[in-house]
Amino acid sequence: MLKNLVYSALFAGLAAGIIVAALTILMLVPLLLEAELYETGQLIHFGDVTAAMPDIHAEHDWARNGLTALFAATIYIGFAFVMVAVMAFAQEKGVQITTRSGILWGLAGYASFQLAPAMGMPPELPGMIAAEITQRQIWMIGTILATTVGIASIVFGKNWAHWGVGLVILAIPHVIGAPHPEAFGGTVPPELAAEFAGRSLAVGAVGWIALGVLSAYFWLRENR
Amino acid sequence: MTTATHSDAKTDSNLVSIVFAAFLGLSVLFIAGFASSATLHDTAHDMRHAIGFACH
Repeated sequence: MLKNLVYSALFAGLAAGIIVAALTILMLVPLLLEAELYETGQLIHFGDVTAAMPDIHAEHDWARNGLTALFAATIYIGFAFVMVAVMAFAQEKGVQITTRSGILWGLAGYASFQLAPAMGMPPELPGMIAAEITQRQIWMIGTILATTVGIASIVFGKNWAHWGVGLVILAIPHVIGAPHPEAFGGTVPPELAAEFAGRSLAVGAVGWIALGVLSAYFWLRENR
Repeated sequence: MTTATHSDAKTDSNLVSIVFAAFLGLSVLFIAGFASSATLHDTAHDMRHAIGFACH
């Protein structure tokens, strides 16, 4: 059992991590680098809009991209261990796992780990103003837990009581609300931040769907 | 009877493996995604931003 769990999580996490690393480097890193030009003051977006922008462009730093790829794989292997463990547990309880249902497992993981937290704390660029880090991390971990339990209670619940409790648990973090800064005033243009948030959520959706399908595929293969 | 006991023991050991795998995954996520060490923060920086984990 343990060997199958470890192998399927490693394979699924690594494969999904490679997909996410490629998408992150192509779609997200250029926006991070541009934001850093504003964070360090090389570019400024307030003031005279007719003034010519200095012709500064951020270049890819491939050593830095290497670290990003390494951490994409590490983080998705972490996600994969949790995903495969929960799939194995569900299977023990009589839930049938298929590669096709892996899409739904992936979407559920995406909702728990990225979409629900993003409702209170949208993905941020460097140079944005945010509340104190520890408070945000506590809200985020609480939201991940509540969303996971809420979705499980709705999906595997058998009556209105289970479904109702699931909905309430899903809503709790958003009723409490995420910690927000007392004032705004970041250095990053809002247009850039909005583009980053949208892209980050899209890349996350692709990564998690891939992770769900690959986890189911490797789990079924290791257990054949 | 023997079969039932055997099957119970197997379910228990499966459960231990499942909990261990989940714990391993969460530990990896905590270190890569949340730990506040400066070195870890700097190396994981772009990826933390990319998945929307609180960074700064």
